[in-house]
Amino acid sequence: MAQKSKQVGSFREAVQDIPDGATIGFGGFAMPGVPFNLIKALHDHGAKQLTLVANTTGGAQQPRMPDIGMLVENGQVKKVVCAFTASTRPTDVIPFTKYYESGEVDAELVPQGTLAERMRAAGAGIPAFYTPTAVGTELAQGRETRVINGREYLLEYALPLDYAFVRATRADSFGNLQFHRSQRNFCPVMATAARIAIAEVDEDILPAGAIDPDQVHTPGIFIHRVVRVPPAPEGIWPQRRQERRR
Amino acid sequence: MSGTIKGLNRQQMADRIALEFQDGWIVNLGVGIPTMCSNTDIGDRDITYHSENGVIGYGPIAPAGEEDLNLVNAGGQNVTLKPGAAVVHHADSFAIIRGGHIDVTVMGAYEVARNGDFANWKIAGQKGGGIGGAMDLAACAKRVFIILEQTTRSGAPRLVDQCALPVTARGVVKLVATNYGLFEPTGDGFRIREIAPGVTLDEVHATVGCKLTVPEILPAMRLVG
Repeated sequence: MAQKSKQVGSFREAVQDIPDGATIGFGGFAMPGVPFNLIKALHDHGAKQLTLVANTTGGAQQPRMPDIGMLVENGQVKKVVCAFTASTRPTDVIPFTKYYESGEVDAELVPQGTLAERMRAAGAGIPAFYTPTAVGTELAQGRETRVINGREYLLEYALPLDYAFVRATRADSFGNLQFHRSQRNFCPVMATAARIAIAEVDEDILPAGAIDPDQVHTPGIFIHRVVRVPPAPEGIWPQRRQERRR
Repeated sequence: MSGTIKGLNRQQMADRIALEFQDGWIVNLGVGIPTMCSNTDIGDRDITYHSENGVIGYGPIAPAGEEDLNLVNAGGQNVTLKPGAAVVHHADSFAIIRGGHIDVTVMGAYEVARNGDFANWKIAGQKGGGIGGAMDLAACAKRVFIILEQTTRSGAPRLVDQCALPVTARGVVKLVATNYGLFEPTGDGFRIREIAPGVTLDEVHATVGCKLTVPEILPAMRLVG
């Protein structure tokens, strides 16, 4: 029996059911793996009161690409959960800072490994876990810790998502994904944590079975919609980064 | 950051730390000066560079025009891969880190205290911060090495009695390279191991914010090439 294809014809169609108040994860670390086209579609879609999970709030690098900071600037965001909510260089000011400092948008700052593990846990049916990360820091103040085998650990809770947006290089119609190089980053764990995971894909969507099962990075059971990224300028592709002046 | 700082330049500080890497080590390099360690020629020692985004076994920055736009280091720079490289996802990458498989993490910092505490994620008076992978790495790598400039722009010491800024981790720093020298936190102060060319011991004393121990014979800082 033929499986129903998960391919969706447009980015607009892929995000059209996202309601106000949703929690959405965005893959990406620097340029690779960022779902630029889905971000732009969500911007145009206009859903509000969103909680967004990503490594950074965006806007720190040039050229500026679609990032969650743009959704913040568009008034769509209630809260972000990120490993970076401010620049670490006094001379850099990121666009998010204005909205955070005015109280317009809330933020939860989470160490990057804890962020990844909280989503891994959500996808793996683990409600919480202990980690040595952030013990003895401001982030651990007032929170539950436990000494196990003589070392102190901090309790962290799973972080489930309503939606995850990822970018991959190759997909088949069942949603099996392959990533190229560091495009992978958060994308596989975010997909497992999400009720609905949407992948934007660099290459034409292949028929199911065209990707060798041993070579699948994220199995299609975690992916619900795939969209082919059209060539530029209609589609948005990673750009060569401009080096910052020092 | 000024290009004309006293003593060592940025690449020389990175070079000096890279000379500490031992054959077979798995090394994580943080954003900024630490990523410059992957440019250092340390002879035939076999070093595997790991980046938070799951890249294991990267090499120098890619030459202009030969970049793979889907391959970056922790600083978002396009790098190359060495033979034997592998790529994993973020949760596996931090399993490598928390699992204690990283021999050394090299990071920048605002301050290092004499007991090995250090601060590198939050600027004074700022709402929010930039932790990235620093807290996972600092808590779990076998060693933490820090590269920073000897003083702030206004001349205040960065090697201090106690961190004024919120710490990244406590008691973990083993070695510090600055433009003035190579230092180790000793608990009650810092011990200088090597001094940079063009820097006097008086200048070092004047720019360390706590007790400084100086060995009887103080070698010049080892440089590459």
